[in-house]
Amino acid sequence: MPAINVSKALDQSHASRVFDLSEMPLRELNQALHNLTPGSNETAWEVLHPKGSHSVAVGVDQPITIDVRGSVGYYCGGMNDGSSITVHGSAGPGVGENMMSGSITVKGDASQYAGATGKGGLLVIEGNASSRCGISMKGIDIVVQGNIGHMSAFMAQSGNLVVLGDAGDALGDSIYEARLFVRGKVESLGADCIAKEMRPEHLELLQGLLDRAGVTGVKAAEFKRYGSARTLYNFNIDNADAY
Amino acid sequence: MTYRNPPTTPRKSATFDDYTLSEIRRAAATGIYDIRGAGAKRKLPHFDDLLFLGASISRYPLEGYRERCDTSVVLGSRHAKKPIELKIPITIAGMSFGSLSGPAKEALGRGATLSGTSTTTGDGGMTEEERGHSQTLVYQYLPSRYGMNPRDLRRADAIEIVVGQGAKPGGGGMLLGQKISDRVAEMRTLPKGIDQRSASRHPDWTGPDDLEIKILELREITDWEKPIYVKVGGARPYYDTALAVKSGADVVVIDGMQGGTAATQEVFIENVGQPTLACIRPAVQALQDLGMHRKVQLIVSGGIRNGADVAKALALGVDAVSIGTAALVALGDNDPRWEADYNELGTTAGAYDDWHEGRDPAGITTQDPELMKRVDPIAAGRRLANYLKVMTLEAQTIARACGKNSLHNLEPEDLVALTIEAAAMAGVPLAGTNWIPGKNGF
Repeated sequence: MPAINVSKALDQSHASRVFDLSEMPLRELNQALHNLTPGSNETAWEVLHPKGSHSVAVGVDQPITIDVRGSVGYYCGGMNDGSSITVHGSAGPGVGENMMSGSITVKGDASQYAGATGKGGLLVIEGNASSRCGISMKGIDIVVQGNIGHMSAFMAQSGNLVVLGDAGDALGDSIYEARLFVRGKVESLGADCIAKEMRPEHLELLQGLLDRAGVTGVKAAEFKRYGSARTLYNFNIDNADAY
Repeated sequence: MTYRNPPTTPRKSATFDDYTLSEIRRAAATGIYDIRGAGAKRKLPHFDDLLFLGASISRYPLEGYRERCDTSVVLGSRHAKKPIELKIPITIAGMSFGSLSGPAKEALGRGATLSGTSTTTGDGGMTEEERGHSQTLVYQYLPSRYGMNPRDLRRADAIEIVVGQGAKPGGGGMLLGQKISDRVAEMRTLPKGIDQRSASRHPDWTGPDDLEIKILELREITDWEKPIYVKVGGARPYYDTALAVKSGADVVVIDGMQGGTAATQEVFIENVGQPTLACIRPAVQALQDLGMHRKVQLIVSGGIRNGADVAKALALGVDAVSIGTAALVALGDNDPRWEADYNELGTTAGAYDDWHEGRDPAGITTQDPELMKRVDPIAAGRRLANYLKVMTLEAQTIARACGKNSLHNLEPEDLVALTIEAAAMAGVPLAGTNWIPGKNGF
């Protein structure tokens, strides 16, 4: 029976597990990620040459880190539940869609529907996000360091959307209880979305979000808060023009 | 004695009939469109307009109680590692916890499980009662994504991406404030008591090219184990079927306009979408044109009531049918035993459709803790199982009479139509003729 070199085995377990998508199919990557069990030593993963692949690292449910070296297509980190994913590039539509917990950071820009329907966790876009950012969000926190496009936070139910730059048309249309914080200009507000008073608890909440997102040199007091006027919560014929 | 001209009989307008007049008065009084549950109530060409020919000199029957007539069906064999096998080709359609009470959902799961078939979640996510009592559970993936999470996705037996439904192709879900209880609000991440109007479009994909990528994502999350259905309302059945197949669906579900809803505008239910009968042949044709008939399974719903409807749908090329309204009736919906309560609500047993108000005397379409006690999930589940058994026996009776040892061997050649409309829609000859309208140049 060969002797086991304990120190070498430990070294290997702590090294990143590298997955090169130019050599291995996407299916094997996601299956390997899903095969992880609680307490696994394989806590650091690196994905090379994503080249715009869709569904990279979807449905991960273990507290691991995944560094994706390049840009990804649709739904990167979809339904993420606990892992910390960093995209060292830009992300296609639906990055972090329906995230449950954990975090996703996009170093570049994100396309449409970033963080759509997210239930929890933190999504950070260091560049800009396109239209419908945070659509139907249900508890996720989203921090966009650049601008966001039109119809963002459409029907947003819960959670926080923080935008350091500007927001496009119809921000927060038909919004429920999500909170929107925008530092720059808002092109227009959607139906039932209004500017709201920034109270101390909001400043505290926002500062916490900025800290978690690693944003420095920006003060919570520079933002305006937007949310639901709650006039469309129950049908009223006199509001028919807003429907 | 004075002569009086004979009076004419008072005559009501066929155009402005009593119902229409009452609706104009209601609209004028309230300023809001009428919302109700269930599907289209107007008379439509339907399975009643088709007849089976049965056996004759050239076709011989199977013995009614002795020769086997298979009823099983496998769904999802195209891509899924774990396709589902059902004992009968009748499934329970998606109905949400929220629109239905917990006991009603449990009863559906019990009845389906006793019958060896599947039941389906709805626009409120998956409940423990439902998962626990359903051997085979289809998990709907809806535009609202209420309660959607990867854990439930993985413990589902199949995933149904809902693009639309027959009662309202192009409309989103609706659950009015009366039914948003604490538990329903919690599951949907919404404030209690608000009118919940779900999105009509999916938030993160539009069009068939995106759908293909979305299906890939769901397959990757579930390691390619689960069959993926795509459900559409009866709008453009030929192209919707073709595009669902192109997008990678394992199963296509088409819901005609008689298919029910928990709550939608009356004008939508009665005026948008096509009858179930009109949807089947175009959908089957699309599958045949793509060489995918029987490889991608087709499920049809909307107005399926008995074994004859099942047999006719299967003869037209469908792999399975789905029932919603009929299943609720089996549980006890619109039962005359609650007539006094229906009268109090200004209606009568058989006509009650204000399911959105949450005051259902039968305790099915409600979140009222007292009313929902009227549903005993064990007894109601048993009634559903009985009903499914009867439907299956009826369909087998017809199939054997047509000489078929499997329900799936029924074919359009076994059918004729009673009306020109049904003949054109079903693509079978008008009874007594060899005329199929639209075929052979006339």
